[in-house]
Amino acid sequence: MSRRVVITGIGVVAPGAIGRKEFWSLLSEGRTATRGITFFDPAPFRSRVAAEVDFDPAANGLRPQEIRRMDRAAQMAVVAMREAVADSGLEYGAHDPARTGVTIGTAVGATMSLEREYRVVSDDGSRYLVDEAYAAPELYNYLVPSSFAREVAWAFGAEGPVSVVSTGCTSGLDAVGHAAELIREGSADVMIAGAADAPISPTTVRCFDAIRATTTSNDDPEHASRPFDRDRNGFVLGEGSAVFVMEDLERARRRGAVIHAEIAGFGTRSNAFHMTGLRPDGAELAAAIRASLDEARMNPADIDYVNAHGSGTKQNDRHETAAFKHSLGEHAYHVPVSSIKSMIGHSLGAIGSLEIAASALAIRNNVVPPTANLEHTEPECDLDYVPRVAREWRTDTVLSVGSGFGGFQSAMVLRRVDGSAP
Amino acid sequence: MSTRSVVTGIGVAAPNGLGTETYWARTRAGVSGIGPVANFDAGGYSSRLAGEVPGFEAEEYLPSRLLPQTDRMTRLALVAAEQALADARVLPSDDEALNRGVVTASSAGGFEFGQRELERFFGKGPEFMGAYMSFAWFYAVNTGQISIRNGLKGPGGVLVSDQAGGLDAIAQARRQLRRGSSLMVCGGVDGSICPWGWVARQTSGRFSTDDDPATAYLPFDSRAAGHVPAEGGAILVLEDAEAARRRGAPQIYGEIAGYAATFDPRPGSGRGPALRRALEGALADAGTAAEEIDVVFADASGTPELDLVEAEAIRAVFGDRPVPVTAPKTMLGRMDAGAASLDVAAALLAIRDGVIPPTINVRCSDRYPIDLVTGAPRPAPLRSALVVARGHGGFNSAVIVRGAATDTTTPPNARR
Repeated sequence: MSRRVVITGIGVVAPGAIGRKEFWSLLSEGRTATRGITFFDPAPFRSRVAAEVDFDPAANGLRPQEIRRMDRAAQMAVVAMREAVADSGLEYGAHDPARTGVTIGTAVGATMSLEREYRVVSDDGSRYLVDEAYAAPELYNYLVPSSFAREVAWAFGAEGPVSVVSTGCTSGLDAVGHAAELIREGSADVMIAGAADAPISPTTVRCFDAIRATTTSNDDPEHASRPFDRDRNGFVLGEGSAVFVMEDLERARRRGAVIHAEIAGFGTRSNAFHMTGLRPDGAELAAAIRASLDEARMNPADIDYVNAHGSGTKQNDRHETAAFKHSLGEHAYHVPVSSIKSMIGHSLGAIGSLEIAASALAIRNNVVPPTANLEHTEPECDLDYVPRVAREWRTDTVLSVGSGFGGFQSAMVLRRVDGSAP
Repeated sequence: MSTRSVVTGIGVAAPNGLGTETYWARTRAGVSGIGPVANFDAGGYSSRLAGEVPGFEAEEYLPSRLLPQTDRMTRLALVAAEQALADARVLPSDDEALNRGVVTASSAGGFEFGQRELERFFGKGPEFMGAYMSFAWFYAVNTGQISIRNGLKGPGGVLVSDQAGGLDAIAQARRQLRRGSSLMVCGGVDGSICPWGWVARQTSGRFSTDDDPATAYLPFDSRAAGHVPAEGGAILVLEDAEAARRRGAPQIYGEIAGYAATFDPRPGSGRGPALRRALEGALADAGTAAEEIDVVFADASGTPELDLVEAEAIRAVFGDRPVPVTAPKTMLGRMDAGAASLDVAAALLAIRDGVIPPTINVRCSDRYPIDLVTGAPRPAPLRSALVVARGHGGFNSAVIVRGAATDTTTPPNARR
């Protein structure tokens, strides 16, 4: 009765890699895309490293009016969506718009555009009563990130359920989990789902400086993102988008689509503890993992690879390691675990979808991407984190997890579908 | 899968009253909460009226340590959530914590907090931006703070779909109950009545520029020329019916019986609006015929072409039958995601008391083929209501609310 939901198209805009093939090359070669910030002068800031995308919206097919209208994150989402649709083999106009929906995750929405426009209307913070005469006509679209979903819906032609999911750093996982649920319950047959964030702006950098969450390895930016390493000192802010075409399995098979992976299970819980802090035992993340396994009707031993949140902060990596031990038991010590944030940084709401893309590609390629920069272990982080070099590994089932501000803890199980490649 | 989701608690922060019964008494009486903007000096802006929650002093409701880290929107959300949980007599439970979650909607986040911090950053220097900016403004903040304050460790969710989000959040809570949670705190609260939020929202082009609270927001009226923005919303406690019965919930206001969401075609596509499909989808989801709906709580945009789309959709779904339509938000203004969940609360209270709250100030134009309840409240036996919400850009959502009186599994002592 319950429908099975599969990914049939993947589109990626990531640091160091525009397009899913480039993305997979970067990950499987263990290259890092972190660098000294170039978008603005980072001199005033504590953390001066980021994973920036060299993104030219016009070169990626966006029209001048689209570029004017959309924040950078929305632009990335539309570019990723177009790649995903092309990958899926769906034809524009051949689908039933009423049965097609959109869910886009974003943590901070149009923050770059808002910051730029705020500086104008406030004359650089000198007027509390900001000047409406200088308000850009697009300002409302920047105020409400729901405009991201609208842009994707317009670009594809979706007239079913459309929304933005904004659960901080689990937005990318939660948006895809939400889309899977909409297909399962029959509210849509096809979902365009994913996430986008473009937060590399002075104010966001300052926010994370203020709570000392980001790295201070400013002299060695290529090696600054060090999840699970003894010498890690915070995450590297990133940006990007990943968007998927999702549909129910029978429909995908009928039209002969290439199936990347099935969304087999999804679970989310909250730690009800602190807006930015984590309880060290990881109990709620463990509960989310168990919920995702239950929905997939799988056991811990069925998991071939764990795509970790692995942000590279002291507290996250311990919290998460504890959660894996709680939820997977002895299997936690035998399953490869890695964090692609070591290579592409932490793009807040977008990263969950980028990690789903990496998980699906790991299944397609039977390769586990590495944790770059992992050189020295510490006692609290004692699992197999696939240091520095990708591993050929039979990967039928992946657990991907996320953890974020607000206490959100999410977990998703992706699975190879019998009969799909390879 | 087909467990029923019932509302057992309501918390309200509205421009005409803080607290459910205060709000409801004033709404039945047609008392408006719209007036000149009080939170800042709006005299120099094109639009100068708002609906603001009166006399809200957060210090009276929240511990002092929460004040430096919360926007006014979040404070209103925390108070509404606590009222809803108290109304439902939900006690903290370690055993149940992982089965109790939160889903909220906010269209724009904590913008007033954000403006103050941006001003420090650009006006004085980056180091003057405080640590709380890392979370106090973002869209997930209400869910996170409600979860933390009330020990709710179940599924957390945040939906952003402008005004429609207030219904989408309730629907998502219902999904989580069907997936196994026992209780969800859900709804929408919005704010951003600050100069930066104001100027940003004005660019929607839909704010009224009228200075008279009695004529500034007149949906379905020939004089309609936009809407008045507002802050606030409603938070509901939604429970699995069986779980509510087991724990002895003090009352059941009604059931969230149906829901659907659609999105309008891109302008210029030549395709018609998708609102009618949302209404029909919600009815189908509830297994309810249009004839069984006793009242419609309209989105009531106040923008003539959108009012016409809504009136025609209602007409198309209900035919010639004159289903009463009302828009109590004419007393409040439009509070984005907050308005839709507040309309669900109003629908439940209307069903409970057998009275349709009025649409105030409006003389319904012949252009709109609907039976708009204007002037005085209209007594009527009510069983089911349709609540409509639309978000800027094309979001359409609809919810069917069914009263507890038609709820055959409700124990007699749970009725009021």
